[in-house]
Amino acid sequence: MDEAVAVHDLVVERGGRRVLHGVSCAVPRGTVTGLLGPSGSGKTTLMRAVVGVQTVGSGTVTVLGRPAGSRELRSRVGYLTQAPSVYADLTVRENARYFAALHGRGHAEADRAVADVGLADAAGQLVGTLSGGQRSRASLACALVGDPELVILDEPTVGQDPVLRADLWARFHAMAAAGTTLLVSSHVMDEAARCDRLLLIREGRLIADDTPAGVRATAGVDDLDEAFLRLIRASEADTAGKDAS
Amino acid sequence: MNPRILAATTGRILRQLRHDRRTVALLLVVPTVLLTLVYFMYVDQPTPPGAPGVFDRVALIMLGFFPFIIMFLVTSIAMLRERTTGTLERLLTTPLGKLDLLFGYGIAFGLAGVLQSTVASVVAYRLFGLSTAGSAWLVVLIAGVNAVLAVALGLFCSAFARTEFQAVQFMPVVVAPQLLLCGLFVPRGEMAGWLQAVSDVLPLSYAVEALQEVGAHPDPTGTMWRDVAIVAGAAVVALVLAAATLRRRSG
Repeated sequence: MDEAVAVHDLVVERGGRRVLHGVSCAVPRGTVTGLLGPSGSGKTTLMRAVVGVQTVGSGTVTVLGRPAGSRELRSRVGYLTQAPSVYADLTVRENARYFAALHGRGHAEADRAVADVGLADAAGQLVGTLSGGQRSRASLACALVGDPELVILDEPTVGQDPVLRADLWARFHAMAAAGTTLLVSSHVMDEAARCDRLLLIREGRLIADDTPAGVRATAGVDDLDEAFLRLIRASEADTAGKDAS
Repeated sequence: MNPRILAATTGRILRQLRHDRRTVALLLVVPTVLLTLVYFMYVDQPTPPGAPGVFDRVALIMLGFFPFIIMFLVTSIAMLRERTTGTLERLLTTPLGKLDLLFGYGIAFGLAGVLQSTVASVVAYRLFGLSTAGSAWLVVLIAGVNAVLAVALGLFCSAFARTEFQAVQFMPVVVAPQLLLCGLFVPRGEMAGWLQAVSDVLPLSYAVEALQEVGAHPDPTGTMWRDVAIVAGAAVVALVLAAATLRRRSG
């Protein structure tokens, strides 16, 4: 089986409003798949559904061959929430070691995860005293520490400096090369070019599910930003045409 | 439950507490200050011959109250923080079981409660000459069980609070009636029938009765053990209810 995640006709409502309108997509194994879209488009909701913490209206989400949220997936899926969810009153190292312990990993793995996100120098610092970017990297270390097969990262590079951002993306690709599957959300288009595959989502509907080259070819332009704009316009014209008929 | 995960969770909660030095200092010092107040309030009060001194009666029950009130508050806020900062949702995506988390809190803050009541007991017995017929260790044991009950109630109540403001309001709701009706102010036997019935279903009434048994009898009595079992049973029920409030999926 070459799909790590298969989403079929997923409908989610939050607070009485429909957030996902029958989304279907797939994430191939061993790739970095980008989930792109503006704020409020449903990226986080889709990711939460994949992790299995989102109540879904209808449709199916299959993760590593099991229904999303299955008990046995909890040791195989790593999840980075958009807001850093680590303990502010613990040090970076203590946070990483705790999440490592939950996955049955030791101190060495925890310390390596901290070093991998570039926080080795701040390992002994309380998370509450870190900068926003450092805090989100501490959270990232805790998501990666169990060596999960599937990693869901909700905007992992927000607020990071350009050098670190490049380092993190290099790290994601190294993980993918070793067989890990990554689903990474972003609203920064320059990160789209770094992905193996792209899912473009807007207002709860999937607009594109292709490689960056494929997206460029479909839109007939080289710039991804411009390509997305054209795809959005085309899909709007499409929806408007359907509504009219 | 998984022993490794439970131990890691208990250790994590104690580590968080250790980093908060001021809270630890308050936990240990405040009971002493309040006991001092109570000591000087009653030091010149005459007591009828044969009856226990007022300080002995009040201080003994206070030793059971401190961990109950404080651990309830500390747990409510700690659990609310887990919910609002997203760590709870994250924990529930890991192999951690709900009971690992709840029992982790029970053990960690239960230990903190035991430490608190040990310090307070040393002060009460050594400094202020508290005298009880039974052993001081039984007082610490009952205080520890009280602390676990408070943690369990705090974990359960935190599910109904969206903000810290709401969470602290559960303190008077849960603690005050138990304090008023436990038999400290009016002996339970002298209350109106319906008040006594309410008192009968409040777990703290049994904790107070157990402490009074320690005060009056040199050896642990059957009533005392029954009361301790009731308080521990109430704690288990509250933990199970708290587990039911933890949902892996939300809207």
